[in-house]
Amino acid sequence: MSTMDLSHDGNRTARGVFFKYLFTLCALLSILTTVAIVLTLLVDSLDFFAAVSPIDFLFGTRWSPTNDPVAFGVLPLISGTLIITFGAAAIALPIGLLTAIYLSEYASSRRRAYLKPALEVLAGVPTVVYGYFALVYVTPALDAIPFVELSTFNALSASIMVGIMIIPMVSSISEDAMSAVPDSLRQASYGLGATKFTVSTSVVVPAALSGIFSSFILALSRAIGETMVVAIAAGQTPKLIDLTDPAGLFLESVQTMTAAMVQIGTNDVVGQSVAYKSLFAVGLTLFVITFAMNLVSEFIASRYREVYQ
Amino acid sequence: MAAETGDQSVEDSGFGRVSRTKDVAFRWLTLAAALVGILSLAVLLAYVTVDAVGWLDWQFLTSGPHPNPFEAGILPALIGSIALMLLIALVTFPLGVGAAIYLEEYASDGPLTTFIQINIANLAGVPSVVYGLLGLGLFVSLIGLGFGTLIVAAFTVALLILPIVIISAQEAIRAVPDSQRQASYGMGATKWQTIRNVVLPRAMPGILTGTILALGRAIGETAPLIMIGAPTTVFGVPNSLLSKVSAMPMQIYTWAQYPEAEFQYGVVAAGVVTLLVVLLSINSVAILIRNHYQHDQ
Repeated sequence: MSTMDLSHDGNRTARGVFFKYLFTLCALLSILTTVAIVLTLLVDSLDFFAAVSPIDFLFGTRWSPTNDPVAFGVLPLISGTLIITFGAAAIALPIGLLTAIYLSEYASSRRRAYLKPALEVLAGVPTVVYGYFALVYVTPALDAIPFVELSTFNALSASIMVGIMIIPMVSSISEDAMSAVPDSLRQASYGLGATKFTVSTSVVVPAALSGIFSSFILALSRAIGETMVVAIAAGQTPKLIDLTDPAGLFLESVQTMTAAMVQIGTNDVVGQSVAYKSLFAVGLTLFVITFAMNLVSEFIASRYREVYQ
Repeated sequence: MAAETGDQSVEDSGFGRVSRTKDVAFRWLTLAAALVGILSLAVLLAYVTVDAVGWLDWQFLTSGPHPNPFEAGILPALIGSIALMLLIALVTFPLGVGAAIYLEEYASDGPLTTFIQINIANLAGVPSVVYGLLGLGLFVSLIGLGFGTLIVAAFTVALLILPIVIISAQEAIRAVPDSQRQASYGMGATKWQTIRNVVLPRAMPGILTGTILALGRAIGETAPLIMIGAPTTVFGVPNSLLSKVSAMPMQIYTWAQYPEAEFQYGVVAAGVVTLLVVLLSINSVAILIRNHYQHDQ
């Protein structure tokens, strides 16, 4: 992809040809991986849908893969996932956006040089560690607040930890988008007598909006696919969202799609039972949702790139 | 610049009234936001370090899992993690660098290249638990390499971090100035000679940094290991590619489920600190490599 390719002799030697095809194979392996993911998920999911109708799976309101009477409705798992994602978004989107504004508009380059790697550490901590933190430190701390009745396993502490984990995704991509906003826009605004606050909120953020949205979607996709935090701290109680009890949504245990997969994975991997096959059906659902979100994010991001380059 | 205009009619535009207070308050708000994640993590790390004191000792590092918290140790998981990491590096480094060389040096700007590029970006966003299912379906069920074996775990996690390695290697290769390639061609070098003698040596520090950071991510992965049926308790150190393997995050996950307070606040804390120390050492190697070459250039 170099701008000027002066190498007219790419195929001159046998060795050159050999390496060219070797590298091509490496790149094609990535496509093979995607194909393999789709095939493995599809093959076992089809087996599953031969035993359980897709209607019962997609619209069923009870999830109980191993206990009698067995039921394979995915809706309770999707609502658990939504609760966690919503909670994580409430933490990560505003904090991440404000962080990006600070890094891009306020911080000196020296401070940015310290803050950016420090923020990246948040994303680098293993998720199992966040799960442990949520269970052992965050839940007891929140439970100590008066009038908060928290279950040992609850959606609140899990979504707080997932939220903290995805802050760097929001902040670093949003900051890239804000840094790409041409300085002339800022200068014009300062020329009109605007303060930094006005420039940041009325000029830079709107101009970088597509990049910011793209980072939001990517972060939400990450929250949906997050596994270990919710498997450890959110518990294993699949249930539908009950809007008549909004407080209960976060104070009690829920089960996400990923946590359900871990539960089946630790109990029932051996054997070709329907519960085992349901693993792949849930995995396929998760894959489709996150893949679609990643594509949308990619699409929005590629549009904003064209504007300023 | 801070003059009051007092003109009510333009207030909606946001430029109407210049407020210093608002400006200063917003500055502090954004700074607080930037610090909140870092500070909460620091507090939690302080807690876990305090809890690990007295538990993280030589006995802990040199023994296997045990139902008695005072005799439990992390050795099989520690060795398992290191063995996994070496295997994953062996798989991802050549494949990732190869793919990056193709995309940056050989591929033309066509729909196929765009497709591969979007595909790699998407693979980087696929949940790790789904990669676990890929390992289960492909390496365990189809090829039959066995539940929870070292080789299956390594292949599965290698596929998981491959997109990250490719993306970072691409960035490193892209950063090599085009003039150097053209100088090499001008000397009569072939494309392969240029890549091997000019591009790769210049890009290598960046490639190594990216690969090492990706390996750090790899040793923290738990969900794929659970999916491929890695056993929750392994007593021995892995001695072949087909032996069952445990890893530190897997061991931490298992311990975190034990009800005893000695496990919850002692043994797991010691495990978490061990994992983070290993992770930190890996990342410092990456930073050292980057700094070393930055000074050279």
